[in-house]
This record gives sequence, structure tokens and C-alpha cells, in this order.
Amino acid sequence: MDLDDTPDQGAYRAQVRAWLDQNKHSAPVLQGEGALTDEDEIVAARRAWQGKLAEAGLAGVTWPKEFGGQSLGPIEQVICNQEIARAKVPGILDAIGVGMLGPTIIAHGTDEQKTRYLGPMLHGDEVWCQLFSEPAAGSDLAAVQTRARQQDDGSWRLTGQKVWTTNAQFASYGLLLARTDSDVPKHKGMTMFIVPMDAEGVTVRGLRQISGEAEFNEVFFDDVALEEGAVVGGVGNGWGTALTTLMYERVTIGLGGEGMGYNSTRFAAAIAGDEAARRDPEVRHQLGEIASELLAVRFTGYRTLTALQKGQIPGPEAGLAKVTIVNGAIRAGDLIADVLGPDALDEDSDWAYMISFLPGLKSAGGTEEILRNTIGERVLGLPPEPRLDKGIPFSELRSKEGAAA
Amino acid sequence: MNLALSDEQVFLREAARGALSRFKTVEAAREALDSDQSALPDLWPMATEAGWPGLLIDDAHGGAGLDVFDAMLVLGECGRVLAGVPLLGHLPATAILGSGSAGDGLLAPLASGEKRAAYLPAEPPGELEARWTCDPARGLARAELPAVGADGTVTGHVAFVPDAPGADVLVGVGIKDGSPVGFAVEAGAAGLEVEQVMRYDSTRKLGHVTLAGTPATILDASADDLASAWYLAQALIAAESIGSVETALDVAVAYAKERHTFGRAIGSYQAVKHSLTEVLRQLDNGRSLLYYAGWARNGSPGEFPLAASAARSVSGRALDFAARAMISVHGGIGATWEHDAPLYFRRAQLSRRLLGGSSGATDRVAGELLAGAAT
Repeated sequence: MDLDDTPDQGAYRAQVRAWLDQNKHSAPVLQGEGALTDEDEIVAARRAWQGKLAEAGLAGVTWPKEFGGQSLGPIEQVICNQEIARAKVPGILDAIGVGMLGPTIIAHGTDEQKTRYLGPMLHGDEVWCQLFSEPAAGSDLAAVQTRARQQDDGSWRLTGQKVWTTNAQFASYGLLLARTDSDVPKHKGMTMFIVPMDAEGVTVRGLRQISGEAEFNEVFFDDVALEEGAVVGGVGNGWGTALTTLMYERVTIGLGGEGMGYNSTRFAAAIAGDEAARRDPEVRHQLGEIASELLAVRFTGYRTLTALQKGQIPGPEAGLAKVTIVNGAIRAGDLIADVLGPDALDEDSDWAYMISFLPGLKSAGGTEEILRNTIGERVLGLPPEPRLDKGIPFSELRSKEGAAA
Repeated sequence: MNLALSDEQVFLREAARGALSRFKTVEAAREALDSDQSALPDLWPMATEAGWPGLLIDDAHGGAGLDVFDAMLVLGECGRVLAGVPLLGHLPATAILGSGSAGDGLLAPLASGEKRAAYLPAEPPGELEARWTCDPARGLARAELPAVGADGTVTGHVAFVPDAPGADVLVGVGIKDGSPVGFAVEAGAAGLEVEQVMRYDSTRKLGHVTLAGTPATILDASADDLASAWYLAQALIAAESIGSVETALDVAVAYAKERHTFGRAIGSYQAVKHSLTEVLRQLDNGRSLLYYAGWARNGSPGEFPLAASAARSVSGRALDFAARAMISVHGGIGATWEHDAPLYFRRAQLSRRLLGGSSGATDRVAGELLAGAAT
């Protein structure tokens, strides 16, 4: 049992660290003195930085060499992430594209799609977004209503709305899950498409959250024309293709660990400066409970890495770590605000943003309730909820829902 | 990066499970509640045969020289079936004796299991508490450790000592000239009294230990080694608790699959399913912290207090939650004498109050982190 690098991993780490030491001066500054403030400048600088990382082999580490990657394993990706964090430089801008959407195209795309899209994605020349969730299809993703209709010439017309779309405001392309057949049960009638975000009929609108910032977007599609070659993974196979993306999402989260900065050391430091708080039994008890669970997640992450190193893919139980992190951070924000008072809620404090961000994060990647359903059924083997949508054509399901309302 | 069980560790765990399966430990726990603790099977011969007494003693002294994590695996198996194998007392005692040379003479019979030791739990100073302390017989105030006189005799009182009744050697920490010092006293020594006490959980043999001018072997273990024994005991009871959580979850899940109400298996209801996934979440966190503690003991000794305390804190809460969920999933029958659930519940309530208590460990986690943040 150890947390050490093997000799090969150590050599790889040294190589990554050496490159970062030499090149970190050219990384964009996002915090502190001299930080960029203009949104467009930040995006431009981060795209350029992603290009440099890609050329150095520090982006898409697990991608096959033929698509510009390094054909290395997840552990090397983690080493890379750790060294980037250690160098205090930003990682790649398009983590969603490179981490989840690119691997989906590699798994299900045509040769033409791979040749056309993967290189510019990896280098940050074209940023991607994930167009899966809809206002009425989040946890129940297979309920998507965005509709693609095939034309006589084989091309498609797309109409509908997506939501929670990170990076849509500057993305070049999106990977979109649409309904293409409403007369079959809902998991069967879907197809995955590549959508150019500058196509006519695509409208992106920022969605402001509790913090006041717009990290997500709503994206509207009004009779958008798509080429026949925009289909990824075959017509009617959209669900299977989407599951690949979601599997890579779990891997990405598994590799990310405590990347969001929700860790026990940082939370303890916020309290340690207050002499009364550090002697208060209730504050100490709360901190001890929160910190213990967050420490557990760190080691759950190491266990996941060990499994990844052995070629095992994280299952749905990985969602439990997310539940622990989010709820732990919510409790920590609450405790820190109790200790610091209203100043913790000042716009400039370290905590106001976190406190505002977490209620939404609770539902990100599936609500806590749906995660617990999935884990209960797939990990514990408990019987599923009775479902009213099994085997029923999507169109009939929709009319049933209408009648019930 | 390797945070998985080795083949040898898997074998050790399976062998422990097999050895324990030869005894009806859960049934015995129930019987002992109605009669007395003599109804419990004597598991020490089995433990001796399996080599557990010498787990943490090096080969030079006849032990297996294994790691703390290996011992934790064995305790986890004991916890699964509520087996009262007196390792919680024995293993930290052998760790103290093995960390110096003054206790060498005692080690060989303890390694073979010919003799059995018990550890008198002594909590090292913390961020707010400057003294070494031990559990009080009653109440919240921590108690003073026994005093070691200039003549090498020990005088004092230590309450709720796991596995003390019937132990051949008691190993503890006393205060001599203001500093902690390890000592060992043998059964039958003058002024030594061990009063057997049973509280709520029949599987635990506890003793109130009184020493009155008792002659002792003064040990040369360092203060760090003496402190480490406390955290070792925390890690062991954490591992044992997580084993009990595993059983509580398995039994509750099995019942939730077979029991039907309103035409559905109750496990299909979200209220039941979410409660059981919460047990799994706490179990998984506890397991990860066992790895942390097991790794830190050798891999990063400075973190061992934090790791072992965090493991204790999470596992204590997990066991309480799991035992309550086990009862509620079964409905009324889960709260009756017929069922095993009350035995796990009793285990949970007592375990959480021994060895400084799991909330003491929670406070220790905060203290370690706050002290670290201040420097």
C-alpha cells in the first residue's frame, strides 16, 4: 500500500514538471496581481495556453497518438493535472471537450469526423460544449424533446432547447442529443449530432445563477440545418452514444478529486484565525465531522486511481463522493459564515461565491436523489422504482403526461 | 499509487472470516445478555491458532511483524460477526512493548498467545488539553493518568478498559515527574484490581482497573510511541465498527429486496433506498479512512493522529446510522429480541463511548487541523 509513483510515473512527472517550470511564465494569470479581467481576453489567452499544453503533450494525455494524444493511461493524466495545479497555472479551457466529448467521437465518430474535429478540439482552436440537458430532461435525460427531422436529401432540421450548457457562449461546436423518432420507446428514438454553434437559428443566452454570474447558458435551436454527416454513432443510437459520454464524465470527475478546492485544510484555515471559534466545542465538532468526510473523499479518490490503473472503470458508486463533497462543502460554508459573520457573504470574501454556487452544484450531473436511486439499484441491487415509461412510444408518453397535468 | 489489498491481505481477511464462521458469535451475544458473559465462546484459542496475537510483534520476538492495516482487516472481520476477540486490548499493548527494549521479556508469550495483554487507554495531549488523560468512570471531564512513583510503583485508576478482565499483562501510560512513561503490570501484582463491568453490549469485556502502589516494569517506549498506541486503538475500533456496518447493510438490503408492501418490494421505495445508500456512503467513507490510517501509520506517521481520528469519527457515526437503519428497514421486528439488529445497535452505542468516544475523535480531527493551520 503506497501513494508513491512507480519509476516510470516518477520519470513522467519530472518531465511534465520540467516543461511547466520552463513555460509557466507564458500561462494566463487569472487570479491576484495582473489578473486578466476581460472575458474575451481570458478566453483567448486560455485557448492559446491550451494549444501550448497540447503541443507539449499535456492535454489529451489518454487520447490515442493518431489523434494528437499520448496514448498514456489515466494515472499519467492525473500526474499531469497534479503538476499543473502545483505550478499554479490554469489547466485546459475545454476540459469538457477533451475529457468527455472527444473520447465519445473517438469511440463512435466516423473517420471524417475524427480527422476534422479532434485536432482543433485538442489544441483549443475550436471549443466544444455538451448539449444534453433540457428544461424537462435532466436527471431523466432520455426524455429529451429537442427534435431533429431528416429531410428528403438526407440532411436534418433541428428545433428545441438545451440548458446548463457550459462554454456555449464561445463554443464552435456542440455535441447534441436529439429525438429523431417519437414512435418508439424513449431510449430508442434518439440520435447524437455535431452542431456548429454559428449555424443560423442557434441562439445562446447566459443563465445567471445565485452568485449573479452566468456560468451556464440556455441554447435555442430554431429550424437549424445540419448536414447528413453530422450524425455521431448512427441514427437511433443516441442513448448508447450518450452513455459513453457519461462514462467519461465519471472518469473525469474521478480524476479531478478535490480539484474544486473543497478540502479540509482550507476550511480549517478559515476558522483557525478566530480564537473564540477554535475553542468553541460546537464549531470544533462541526469542523471535525466535515473534515473527516472530506479526508475520506481524498482517499476514495486514491482508491479510484488504483482501480483505474488496473484498467477498471469507475461505476455509479463514484457519485457518492460527489454527494459527500457537495454536502460537506455546504456545511463548511455555513459554518464559516457562522464564524465570520456577514463578512463571509461579502462579494469580495473567499466564501460568498462558494456559498452561492453549491445549491446548484447539488443537482449538477444528476440530482442527489437520482444519484441515490441509481446507486441503490446498480450497486446495492435494490429493486427499481416502478416505471410508467417502459416500452411506451415517446409520443404516447407525452400525451399521457399532458392528460395527467 | 497502490491503495488496494494485496493478495496476502485478501487471504488474511478470508482466513479470518472462515475461522470466525465456526462460532455462533451473534447468537452467543444474545444469550450472554440474558445470562452473563461466561456464555460467550472463548475465541482466544482460535485467535492464537490463526496467529493474531503476534500480528504486530516483530519476527525476532515470535510475531508475524505485520502492519497495522493487516490488524485492521482482522478487526473488521470480528466486527462483522460481533466476535469478542480481545485484540482491541491486546494489540496496542504489544505495540507499546515492542517499541522499546525494556518490555522485550514479555513479548514472546504474548506473541504466541500463551499470555494475553490489555492496553490501558491513555489519550495524548491535544490542542486545547495539555495533559495526558484517560476515560473517566462517569461524566465529561477527562481523568488523570495513574502516577508512577520514584520506586517504580503505579497508583491510579483507569475506567472502561477493553479486554482487561482475565488479561495476564496490563500495559499503560503513567505520569512520572510530569512526563508520560510506559509501564506494564502483571496479573496478581500487589494492589492491582480489575473489576469486570458489562454495559449494554455483552460482547465487550470491560474492566475498571485500580492500581495501588502496584509494582510495575517501567518501559522505555518514547512519548510518540505511547501516543501512537492511542491512535492505533482508534484505528482498530474504527475497523471493527466498519465491519459491523457491512453486516448491518447486507442484512438490511437483503430484507428490503424480499419484503413487500403495497405490491412492491420495500427496497424500491426511495425513502428506503436512500436510507440504505446513505449507509453505503458512510461505509465507503469509513473504508477510505481505514486505508488512510493504515497507510499513514508507516507512510506518513505525522498524519496518523489525524487519519486514525477521522476514521474513528466517521466509523462511529456510520455504525450508529447503519444500526438504526437496520432496525427501521425491518420495521417493528427489527427492534425485538428475536432479531440480530438490536445486537448491532447495542454494539454501536457502547463502541461510540469507549476509548475517548467517537465525538472525542471528531474533536481531535478539528484540533489537528486547527493546530496545523496555525503554524
